[in-house]
Amino acid sequence: MKCDFCDAKASVFLTQLVEGQMKKVSLCEKCAEERGVTDPTGFSLADLLLGGITGELGGLTASHPPGTAGSNKTCPACGFTLEDLRRVRRFGCAECYATFREEITPMLRGMHKGASHVGKVPEGLMALQFKHQRLQDLRARLEQAVASENYEEAAGIRDEIHTVNETEKEKLKI
Amino acid sequence: MMRFSTLIKNPADWMTGGQTEHGAVLTSRIRLARNLRRQPFPGWAKSAQRTAALELMRPAVESLPVMKDAFSQELSDLSAVQKQVLVERHLVSREHAARGEGSAVIIERRQSFSFMLNEEDHLRMQAIRPGLQLSSAYEALTALDSELETTLEFAFDPTLGYLTTCPTNLGTGLRASVMLHLPGLVLSDQIGQVLQAVSKIGLAVRGLYGEGTESLGHLYQISNQSSLGESEETIIRRLERVIGQVAQHEHNAREKLLEDDPEMVADKIGRAYGVLRHAHIIDSKEALNHLSLLRLGGTLGFFPRDTIILCDTLLMDIQPAHLQLLAVRKLSPEERDAIRAQIVRTRLQSLQSSDNSTPSEDGPPVIPDPANPPDAS
Repeated sequence: MKCDFCDAKASVFLTQLVEGQMKKVSLCEKCAEERGVTDPTGFSLADLLLGGITGELGGLTASHPPGTAGSNKTCPACGFTLEDLRRVRRFGCAECYATFREEITPMLRGMHKGASHVGKVPEGLMALQFKHQRLQDLRARLEQAVASENYEEAAGIRDEIHTVNETEKEKLKI
Repeated sequence: MMRFSTLIKNPADWMTGGQTEHGAVLTSRIRLARNLRRQPFPGWAKSAQRTAALELMRPAVESLPVMKDAFSQELSDLSAVQKQVLVERHLVSREHAARGEGSAVIIERRQSFSFMLNEEDHLRMQAIRPGLQLSSAYEALTALDSELETTLEFAFDPTLGYLTTCPTNLGTGLRASVMLHLPGLVLSDQIGQVLQAVSKIGLAVRGLYGEGTESLGHLYQISNQSSLGESEETIIRRLERVIGQVAQHEHNAREKLLEDDPEMVADKIGRAYGVLRHAHIIDSKEALNHLSLLRLGGTLGFFPRDTIILCDTLLMDIQPAHLQLLAVRKLSPEERDAIRAQIVRTRLQSLQSSDNSTPSEDGPPVIPDPANPPDAS
């Protein structure tokens, strides 16, 4: 079987239902790679591929918002650039999600059922966030107590901060 | 540590248990994608960073109680054939098999859990179960994930959930996937309609070996596409409901075929049996398609019930890398086709002896009256 995009021998086959009809797309390895079809993880790549054919490739490669084209934003943590993101449609590290926050929203459109996470939250992280919140509150109260020269209360709060730090250290081991 | 030969010697637990739901559901798989918070993702990391990430994760995964005596190897220490065998068993992805140094795989001894380290994401963990058991597979896997959380710090964002290399896996990082055998729907020309309905509600349909593979042997994989915006339970519950319905459609289609055109059904199954029983050269595509019909014969009562297990085991054993592993040398495609035919012939012999109502060795196969199959329930 020949590749639908060039005349090379097809080795990658996609079956997709489009408007109620089974559509088969055959690609050679090179074309498949160019279109990112060989990746196992993106299950909606068939959509990307077929979308690309009909010219509906949304988001980054086709139409990035004007003004951002020239600037090549770079992730401070890993050096991944906006250009890299447009090329591979993947991220370089966890921090990239903060760096490219505004680029992510159009990417997610049509990809998922919702835009914010529902479901499992890492327990250790929850505890960590809770601890940070708790410490922040305590430190604010401590400052207030010191400012109002309420040293007895301040000492109590300081002990509490100490306790939170110690117990969490034992529990978390992060 | 477990040796490769020991790991692969036996069929996985999940390969020999697919007798539920009239045999329509072969396996349930749950995959969770996780990344380390402070390390660049594997595809972008430098070699030393990948190694550092691996050194963090590998002891953590190996020390899980369930991974006692597990198989644990760097991909660079496995031969091409060994890697391909793992792909054929669905224990590593095709892409992971292409990796070398700095990537590893850890497989639980009964092959129910496999962890890919430095795949596209730092950690891809998977649980496989026979039949329709997505919920229990998820429960088992999420427990392991929670255990790992106490030693590994995963990348997580309150809004985007677990952060993954590819945004298609954000949120839960969950991919739930079910392997279905749907010959009834194919033979009755309803498959397109059913798959269309499935994809309309946002589920993905693929062939035997995932993305970009052709559907062979009437085998289909159905999985969720969206991983963000819904809880794991919601995603799994919907998938289980849909799979239940598809399995019911398949069952109805088989009943209807038997009612409307019993001769056609008996003829197809009988011919498939004949070819498998007597062929001396058979490629994997032809073998898969005939095994599919033989398996159908098993569920309809034309053959003893354990035909289903026999077919499911053969499905794996006739794959190219499994054959090469068995032969302990590189085989040309022609040699493979001959050895494949030989294995199938030999195994079908044991099928005959287990039930005297099956076609006899001499003369044309005697198929029981399909209108009254001995055990069609």
